[in-house]
Amino acid sequence: MLRAHGLACDRGDRRLFSAVDFSLAPGEWLQVEGANGAGKTSLLRMLAGLAPSADGHIEWDGQPVSDVRDEFHARLLYLGHAPAIKEDLSALENLQTAAAVAGRPLDEATALAALRRIGLKGREDLPARVLSQGQKRRVALARLLCSQARLWILDEPFVALDVAAVSLLCSILDEHLSRGGLLIFTSHQAVQLGGIGNTLRLGPDPDASRPRPTIAEVPA
Amino acid sequence: MSQRLVNWFKFASPASFYPLAGKMWPWFAAIGTVLAAAGLWISFFVAPTDFQQGEGYRIIFIHVPASWMSMFIYCVMAFWAAIGITFNTRLSGMMSSALAPTGALFAFLSLWTGALWGKPMWGAWWVWDARLTSELILFFLYIGYIALTAAIDDPRRADKAGAIISLVGVVNVPIIYFSVSGGTPCTRAPRCPSPRRRPWPPPCCGAC
Amino acid sequence: MNAFIAIVRRDLLLAARRKSEVLTALFFFMIVVSLFPLGIGPETAMLRRIAPGVLWVAALLAAMLSLNRLFAADHQDGTLEQMSLSPTPLALLVSGKVLAHWLTSGLPLVLLAPVLGLQFDLSPRALGVLMVSLLLGTPVLSLVGAIGAALTLGVRGGGVLLSLLVLPLYIPALIFGAGAVEADVAGLGAGGHLSLLGALLALGVFFAPWAATAALRIALE
Repeated sequence: MLRAHGLACDRGDRRLFSAVDFSLAPGEWLQVEGANGAGKTSLLRMLAGLAPSADGHIEWDGQPVSDVRDEFHARLLYLGHAPAIKEDLSALENLQTAAAVAGRPLDEATALAALRRIGLKGREDLPARVLSQGQKRRVALARLLCSQARLWILDEPFVALDVAAVSLLCSILDEHLSRGGLLIFTSHQAVQLGGIGNTLRLGPDPDASRPRPTIAEVPA
Repeated sequence: MSQRLVNWFKFASPASFYPLAGKMWPWFAAIGTVLAAAGLWISFFVAPTDFQQGEGYRIIFIHVPASWMSMFIYCVMAFWAAIGITFNTRLSGMMSSALAPTGALFAFLSLWTGALWGKPMWGAWWVWDARLTSELILFFLYIGYIALTAAIDDPRRADKAGAIISLVGVVNVPIIYFSVSGGTPCTRAPRCPSPRRRPWPPPCCGAC
Repeated sequence: MNAFIAIVRRDLLLAARRKSEVLTALFFFMIVVSLFPLGIGPETAMLRRIAPGVLWVAALLAAMLSLNRLFAADHQDGTLEQMSLSPTPLALLVSGKVLAHWLTSGLPLVLLAPVLGLQFDLSPRALGVLMVSLLLGTPVLSLVGAIGAALTLGVRGGGVLLSLLVLPLYIPALIFGAGAVEADVAGLGAGGHLSLLGALLALGVFFAPWAATAALRIALE
């Protein structure tokens, strides 16, 4: 259960957004929308605990995140813009190292199965340098298959993926939600997901002088 | 008690500190000018001529306060750094950044006056004794701080990075001094003039 | 602990696949050491006297050159972010990176220095003391350098700024390290200097990772 109260973000002297409130229960997803520069990535990084909020606080399972930081991070999977893979390591080595650093070591069989499912069969041992942009993205997404994290925060996960990969990712996200996971993501593309969803629109509200978020229910 | 605490933190915001500073600085400027003038007058006219070093020793009245100030200012910068990191205030970063060039200037002045004093007294413009070498390294630490805060665009990040380098530096300054002096006291003890008490306070307070 | 070992192994693997970076620093060390006799003159007695200082200064510069690759690559490809999100404390992961960095940049210097010391006609005993002083001192250089590297992450003029920040902080290690060899050559015994170097190492091991972590978090914000 994730709750955000009154989050705000400053860029330089400008306030990008303020008074962001929402709550997310298991099985629910939240899509953050907004124009370029509206602060979507900043909000996601704030929720992941990478950047401090200019205002407000975040609660995980009823406790402020600042008090339970390690536990929160153990339950969190964050994928940012950069795929977070080392070019000199193979896809398999990248996956195993990422899992070990996150505190959940992976054995080779599980890692290989994940890479095969994500569509990298035959390319597990090539250095990531020779993979295409979309394939590097797939290596990053393979972490989703091996993760037991309850909260997934994904920044533009659909970027650089072909049609087959997009539908594969949607099915992976649906599986996560049906297991009681929580999901927050941004995407410029239209996405079809099951479960209960909300959208959060960041950006200047034409009716108000300051940016205000709105939460609308999206039918499943 | 809690009311007094709130009172102080109100000034942690630059917006509320600035008017206060505006009201206070003319007084500080006046007091500083008076003390500096008094100190210079005492050092040039009142303090007696040294029996061994002649008139040239009078530069000590600038050299020693400059050294003390350069070290004191570094400690104050470290103090502001600690405050800034603990309480996340904006003003502490501004105080540190404002102090750094002054401290660097005092360190530079101390090095030059040391050299000008050293030439007639010891026959060399520069000697690698513990105090001068530590002063030189302190100057480098100041320059490092100024360069780091100047290179970072985001003011918040610059303040925090500067705070960390000041704290690391302040821990290192005693280590550096100890290493340079080889654990033993200064090899060349300067000949301080005997009427020590009277001339010191005015130049030092004036330097403040 | 698993994450610590995983990070050390990963960094060692990466260094093994990019050997050129590691070897460049070593060749730099060799070239700088060779410059001094060429510049100052080949008189043996004088070379013997300047050898500890020259070898130590060259080690300092070589260690400093390799500091950029400590955090910059990880910061750019996003792996540093993932490390900060790990349940393992970031300070521990940073210590792992510094350990791997020392194994690939400091330890080779320790092994190479006696060979270069022969060019300066140092006695075998002095070469031994030199090795021990570098063994204790190069980790200090990596630890303190990590703080500087973390502070200048992604900052304009990073390389030169890093040198400006880190070289004054290296001075105690330089003085104790070179001093140890000089003291031994003079017959005074290197024990005192080496213990002080050890003390610096202990101080660095405990405090440098925290300072570097604080600086990294600022860079990641």
